[in-house]
Amino acid sequence: MNNVKDEYILSMENITKIYGNGFMANKNVNLRVKKGEIHALIGENGAGKSTLMKVLFGQEQPEEGKIIYKGKEVKITNPLVALDHGIGMVHQHFMLAPSLTVAENMVLGIEPKNKGFFDYAEAVRLTSEVSKKYNLPIDPNAKVKDLPVGYKQRVEILKILLRGVDVLILDEPTAVLTPQETDELFVQLRELRKQGYTIIFISHKLKEVKSLCDNLTVLRNGRVTGIASVADLSEQDISRLMVGRDVSLTIEKDSPKTKKTVLKVRNLTYKNSDNKALVSNVSFSIREGEILGIAGVEGNGQREISALITGLEEKQSGDIYLFDEEISSQSIRKLREKGVSHISEDRMTFGTVADASVEENLISDRFYKKEFNKNGLLDAKKIADLSNKLIKEYLVKCDSKNAEIKTLSGGNIQKVVAAREFSANPKLIIANQPTRGIDVGASEFIRKKLISLRDKGSAVLLISADLTEVITVSDSLLVMNEGKIVAYFDDTNDLTEETVGEYMLGIKHQTAEEIGGCCYE
Amino acid sequence: MNKVIKIENQFRVIRVALSIAIALAIAFLIISFVSNDPLFTMYNFIIGPFTSINRIGNIIEVMTPLLFTAVGVCIMYSANQINMASEGAFFLGGVATAYIAVTYSIPAGLHPVVAILAGGIVGAFICGIPALMYVKFKALPVVSSLMINYVCLYLGLFIINYIIRDPEAGYMASYKFIKTAVLPDLFSRTNVHFGLIIGLAIVFIGYLYLMKSKWGYSIRMIGKNPNFAKYSGINVPAVIIGCQLLGGFIAGIGGAVEQLGMYTRFQYQKLPGHGFDGVMIAILARYNPKYVPLAAFFLAYIRVGADVMARTSDVPVEIVSIIQAVIIIFVASERFLEGWKLKKIVKSTKEAFVEEEDNAVKEA
Ligand SMILES: Nc1ncnc2c1ncn2[C@@H]1O[C@H](COP(=O)(O)OP(=O)(O)OP(=O)(O)O)[C@@H](O)[C@H]1O
Ligand SMILES: [Mg+2]
Repeated sequence: MNNVKDEYILSMENITKIYGNGFMANKNVNLRVKKGEIHALIGENGAGKSTLMKVLFGQEQPEEGKIIYKGKEVKITNPLVALDHGIGMVHQHFMLAPSLTVAENMVLGIEPKNKGFFDYAEAVRLTSEVSKKYNLPIDPNAKVKDLPVGYKQRVEILKILLRGVDVLILDEPTAVLTPQETDELFVQLRELRKQGYTIIFISHKLKEVKSLCDNLTVLRNGRVTGIASVADLSEQDISRLMVGRDVSLTIEKDSPKTKKTVLKVRNLTYKNSDNKALVSNVSFSIREGEILGIAGVEGNGQREISALITGLEEKQSGDIYLFDEEISSQSIRKLREKGVSHISEDRMTFGTVADASVEENLISDRFYKKEFNKNGLLDAKKIADLSNKLIKEYLVKCDSKNAEIKTLSGGNIQKVVAAREFSANPKLIIANQPTRGIDVGASEFIRKKLISLRDKGSAVLLISADLTEVITVSDSLLVMNEGKIVAYFDDTNDLTEETVGEYMLGIKHQTAEEIGGCCYE
Repeated sequence: MNKVIKIENQFRVIRVALSIAIALAIAFLIISFVSNDPLFTMYNFIIGPFTSINRIGNIIEVMTPLLFTAVGVCIMYSANQINMASEGAFFLGGVATAYIAVTYSIPAGLHPVVAILAGGIVGAFICGIPALMYVKFKALPVVSSLMINYVCLYLGLFIINYIIRDPEAGYMASYKFIKTAVLPDLFSRTNVHFGLIIGLAIVFIGYLYLMKSKWGYSIRMIGKNPNFAKYSGINVPAVIIGCQLLGGFIAGIGGAVEQLGMYTRFQYQKLPGHGFDGVMIAILARYNPKYVPLAAFFLAYIRVGADVMARTSDVPVEIVSIIQAVIIIFVASERFLEGWKLKKIVKSTKEAFVEEEDNAVKEA
C-alpha cells in the first residue's frame, strides 16, 4: 500500500476552487502525478486547468481539498512557497516586466549581487548559461516588450528552469511556439524527464499530448472526467474525452471561388530601430474568396506584416493597396471601416482590455457608429443585444456580458476577439494565430468560420505557427524566412508539412519567378 | 450569480460605512487626548454642521467648487492621465473670470456666461499643456502639471496685483466684480449660490458623458489599455488631449463659478487646494461622476465640522486632515473586508452547488 502512495510525487485531493465572483472552477478535483512522468492536463477552454495549476502554484487558494507533495501534506500559500518546494509554473499569459531586458526578467526576485548592487553582467551570464544548457537561444539584452510572443514564452520557461525546480508546470507552453521550437522543447522536456524531473503539461494539441505524455487527466466543467494512460488512447479518443463528442480533426472545404483582388502588397520593407530588415521586399495579393496562408517560424516578419497592413505600424517603404487604393497613410478606424479585420497574435496586449467587460470588448471597433448611438448616448439595448448574440454564437463561456475579460479562460478570451473581428462584415481578415490556445472543439469552430467567411467572399490572410492548420485551412500558401518570402504554393492540397518545413528553415528556396506567382493585379 | 452581485453591493455599502466609523473612532481617540471635554468637542464635530441653516449652507458652499474639479479629474483620470493641473486651472480660471467681471460691462444675463466661459477656456488651456507635452514629448503629466500649477499661481497673482488690483480695497484684491456678473444666491439665509445648480448639472452631464457616451467609452478604454484602443481604431492622442482639455475646462468653470458666487472680488493669495481635493473626491468616487456629489458632500461636511469644532472648542482644525486621510485610505483600499466578502460568496456558491447536486441525484 505504501508503495503505491510513494509512487506519486504529488497528489491534489478533492480540490474545490470558487472564484470571487462565485464561480466554481474546480469541483472535487483529484490529480495524481507520478515522479518522473510527463502528465497531461487537458480539457476544453474554461474547464479549470489553469485554475487547478494556480492552486498548485499557490496563486489561488482552494476552498477545499489538500495537496500532498513528496509524501507530506503541504500548504502552498503563495508562489514563493511553491518555488521553495521546487514547484515552478510557466503561465499561459506572460508574467514578465515588458520594459526590462531579458536578463533582468530572468533574475527577478533572485537578483545576483555584487557588493550589494545588482550585478547585471552576472544576470546576463546566468541567462546565457541556462539558455545554452537547454538549447533555447535568446538575446539577454533584448527588451522583453520588443520580443515576439514565442520568445516571451521562451523567457518564461528559462526563468523557471533557472530557479531549479523538481516539478515543472507548463500551461500551454507550445501555444506560441513553432513546430521546430516545439520539437526542440520536447527534446528538452524528455531529457528533463530522464533526469527525474516531473512535468505537468497543459495543451490543446492532441498530437503533442500523444507524443510527449505518459498519463493524462481530463477536466470538463471543473470536474475530472477521465484519467488514463496516453498509450491506450488515440487522438480521437482523447478529443472525445475532452469535448464529449466527436470532433473532426480534418477540414472539409470546397475549392475556392476567387474574384476581385482585395489586397495587394508590393515591395514591402520594414526595418527596426537597429536598421535590421524584419520584412524585406515582400509582395503578394489576396483575392475575394481566398485564404492565403503564411507559414514560417515566428519572428520572421509575420507580426510586422500584419501590423503594417492593419495600420498598427507605420509603413517605411513599399505599397499596400486595398481594392486598388493605397491605404498605408490611413487611420486604423478608416481601415476598419473599409472592412479590414485583425486578430492580433497578442490577445492580451492588443486584442482585449483585461479590466473591461466582455461587452465593452466586443464593441470596440463599432461603438461610435450611428446604429449603436441614440440621442447622443450609446444605445445600451442595441449593444446588449449584439453582445448577447455574439456570446451565444461564438460559445463564449462567461458569467454574463458584464463579466470582466480577466475572469475568462484563455481560450474564451480568444473567442471574444474572434467574435468581434468576424462579425464586422470583413472584406479582408488578417488572422494572426487565430486558434492559439483554443481547444479542439473551438478551433474547429473558428476554422470553419474562417472558411465560411471565405465562401461569402472575404479575403483572408492566415498567419499561423500551426503547420497543420495553415496547410489545411489555406487555399494557397506563402512561406517566410528571415523577413523574405521563400516559397509560394498556389495549391495546398498535396502539400506536406515536411516540404513546408524545409522552406521555413531556409533549407530550400524557390526562384523569383515561382514566388512571383502570388502577385495578381 | 445574482446572489453574488447582491453580496458585492452589500459590501460596498458596509465598507464605506465601516471606514467612516473607524475614521471617526480614531478622530475621537485623538480628540480625547487633546481636548478637555471630548464629548462636547465630538458633538460639535459630528452634529455641529447640522445645527443651523447657516452651517448646512456652509457645507453646500464648500462642496460646490469640488463638484467641478472632481468631475474634471474623473474624466482625465479615466484615461489614466494623472494630470494635477486642475488646481492651476481652477485658480487661473477664476482670475480670468475676475478680469472679465471687473473690466467689461456686459448685460446682466450674459455677463456671467461670458465670464464663466472665459474661466473654462483658460482652464482647458492649462490642463491641455501637460497633455500636449505628453503626446508630443512623452513628458509625464504628473510632473509637468505640478510645475504648471506654480506658473498659474504666479501668473494669476501678477494679473491680480498689477493689472486689476483695487488700491482702495485695503488688502491684495481685485476691483469689485461688476454687479451684472455676480451669480445670485439660491436661499436667503445662506451663501449657497446658483453655482450649485451649475455644478450638479455638470455632474449629471459628466456622468452621461463618461459612463454612457461613445466619448466616455473611448476615454475609459484608453485608460485601461491604450494598445487595445489604438488597435480598435480609436484616435488615442486626440482623445488623450481632448479629455484633458475638457477636464481643465470644467475645473476652470469651477474656479469661475466660485468667484462669481462666493466673492465680491478676487482675493486668493495662494492656491486654494480645490483642484487637489478634486483628485481625492474622484478617487473616492472611483472616477464615476455619479458618486461625486456624495463624496464631495462628505468631505465638505467633515471640513465644516472641523471648523465648527475649532471655533467652539479647544481642538485645532488640523485634526480634520488626519480623519480625512484615514477615511480615504480605508475607502480606497479594495482589499479591506475582502476576505469576509469572499467567505460569504463562497458559502452561497457552495450552497447552490450542493442543491444542484441533490437535484441531479433526485432526477437520476
Ligand atoms: N479570476 C477569476 N475570476 C472569476 N472567474 C474566473 C477567474 N479566472 C478564471 N475564471 C473562470 O474559471 C473557469 C476556468 O478557467 P481556467 O482559466 O482555469 O480555464 P482553462 O481550463 O485554463 O481554459 P483555457 O484552455 O481556455 O485556458 C473559466 O470559466 C473562467 O471564466
Ligand atoms: Mg488556461
